Amino acid sequence: MDALIDLTPELWTAAGETLYIVGLTLFFGGLGGLLVGLGLYLSRAGNILENRTVFTVLNVLVNFIRPIPFIIFLAAAQPLARMVVGTGIGNPAIIFTISLAASFAMGRIVEQNLLTVSPGVIDAARSVGAGPIRIIFTVLLPEALGPLILGFTFIFVALVDMSAVAGYVGGGGLGNFALLYGYRQFNPVVTWAAVLLIIVLVQLVQFLGNSLARKALRR
Amino acid sequence: MPVVSLRDVSKVYPATTKTGDPVVAIDSVSLDVEAGDVYGIIGYSGAGKSTLVRLVNALERSTGGEILINGQDIAGLPERKLREVRLGIGMIFQQFNLLDSRTVAGNVAYPLEVAGRPKAERQARVAELLDFVGLADKARAYPDQLSGGQKQRVGIARALATQPSILLADEATSALDPETTHEVLTLLKRVNREFGVTIIVITHEMDVIQTIATKVAVMDQGRVIERGDVFDVFSNPQHAASARFVGTVVKGVPSAAELAVLRGRHRGRIVTLSFRDAGVDQQAVFGELARAGVAFEVIYGGINEIQGRPFGHLTLSLAADHLTEADAVIDDVLARIRELTTVTEVR
Ligand SMILES: Nc1ncnc2c1ncn2[C@@H]1O[C@H](COP(=O)(O)OP(=O)(O)OP(=O)(O)O)[C@@H](O)[C@H]1O
Ligand SMILES: [Mg+2]
Repeated sequence: MDALIDLTPELWTAAGETLYIVGLTLFFGGLGGLLVGLGLYLSRAGNILENRTVFTVLNVLVNFIRPIPFIIFLAAAQPLARMVVGTGIGNPAIIFTISLAASFAMGRIVEQNLLTVSPGVIDAARSVGAGPIRIIFTVLLPEALGPLILGFTFIFVALVDMSAVAGYVGGGGLGNFALLYGYRQFNPVVTWAAVLLIIVLVQLVQFLGNSLARKALRR
Repeated sequence: MPVVSLRDVSKVYPATTKTGDPVVAIDSVSLDVEAGDVYGIIGYSGAGKSTLVRLVNALERSTGGEILINGQDIAGLPERKLREVRLGIGMIFQQFNLLDSRTVAGNVAYPLEVAGRPKAERQARVAELLDFVGLADKARAYPDQLSGGQKQRVGIARALATQPSILLADEATSALDPETTHEVLTLLKRVNREFGVTIIVITHEMDVIQTIATKVAVMDQGRVIERGDVFDVFSNPQHAASARFVGTVVKGVPSAAELAVLRGRHRGRIVTLSFRDAGVDQQAVFGELARAGVAFEVIYGGINEIQGRPFGHLTLSLAADHLTEADAVIDDVLARIRELTTVTEVR
């Protein structure tokens, strides 16, 4: 317990870092997920930008990357991180890698949510002369908004999960904190403090997501 | 010049499985729809009705033939150009297809936004349209707060927003109860009369055709097998499929089995009088029977009115037992009635 009190400043720093990593990856991964999901949806056979090659490539990519355990993906994607963000270690690298992995995971969720939009509504939009870009922004995304918010809430938990291994490549956050000061120091109280914070964070976000989704669905 | 003119139009869908055959959904159809027509297209499920109507606003691209909209062939037109054509063609759907994320007013405004009309104009037009369909008080409601009939009226308002000259209705009343169907059909009639909009209605229900259509085409397996004025097709269907559709709303001539039952119940000679020429005077026909002293009873059939013209088949049993030479008297009177209308004696 005393150890935890001594570590309080570090705990808050770690919590801040987790928020920072998760916030940025939610942004980039979410954006990537929207792009991948829209790509999958639009290029699917029978849909407005039907394109077999694009669909197959995206589909294979998603199926290929999603099942890779994140800790292995982190190592495997290190060269790519070096190319894109200039470094293979630290928070920039972890943010890049999580965003990449999340894009594909979220892409599938976005695709599935878009598939729930009735094709008839798209026909209706096309019948009044709406083009693909307009259909995306005025029909697809608004009509699927409720489920999409729930999807983003769901992926948030996955992001927290992925951010926990940041310590392996020299990143920070609650996961690293629990590992460093709790697990390695045989101090379960410290570990549990980190766990508790994560639970609180996830619950808050879940609550927020649920109420936003309810608003979107109930309008 | 016809508003919509299909010339040898075909639509072949590629085979869905590797070993399957391509699906010929539309097989060289030619059809002219004149300005002001309410053109009904009827056929069984899978006949190609939806595909045909979706070719007219190019939601589906044809694989052969010409599709002339106000004289312009849209068959080969690029997507961007099609968007302008579509502004002149409204469409309503069986499942209404409203945007759940928008209010009633937002749905009706949607085509105007696509057309780039300024906000003030949009608001004025939306108010006008909601007034026309009788939903002015529902402007701020969301589609899931409306009944099916109300949703379809919103659909109609949306379809009319850009003042199209053509309205396509694909099974627009098939999800509605008879009462609501009637309301929606009445509204479509008004759209046709008050705005002069040419309407193409797809349906598998003959009473929809009977209520609003002026012309009808019967489809079967991707082809138009019969077409013409509604009265002509109703009163004298040329194809078995057309006759079956007519039979769903008009009780025609009794079948052999029905006749056997009728025979068991009625003595005397049985004849069917067919009224299918507009000019037939029923009073004159029955007057002949009365004057000859022949007792008659209507045992089957009915009279319908199509576009204000009565037609139908009445099967009568005739008796003149009190007269000597009863058969001769009946033969005589039937001969006179034959001058007035078609008589078929069932022996
Ligand atoms: N996208 C498609 N791909 C392959 N075949 C299709 C497609 N759309 C329709 N068809 C086929 O084309 C034929 C005509 O279908 P269509 O939907 O036009 O019929 P319909 O007359 O509207 O039937 P219903 O009364 O059931 O709506 C059917 O055999 C159908 O299976
Ligand atoms: Mg159909």
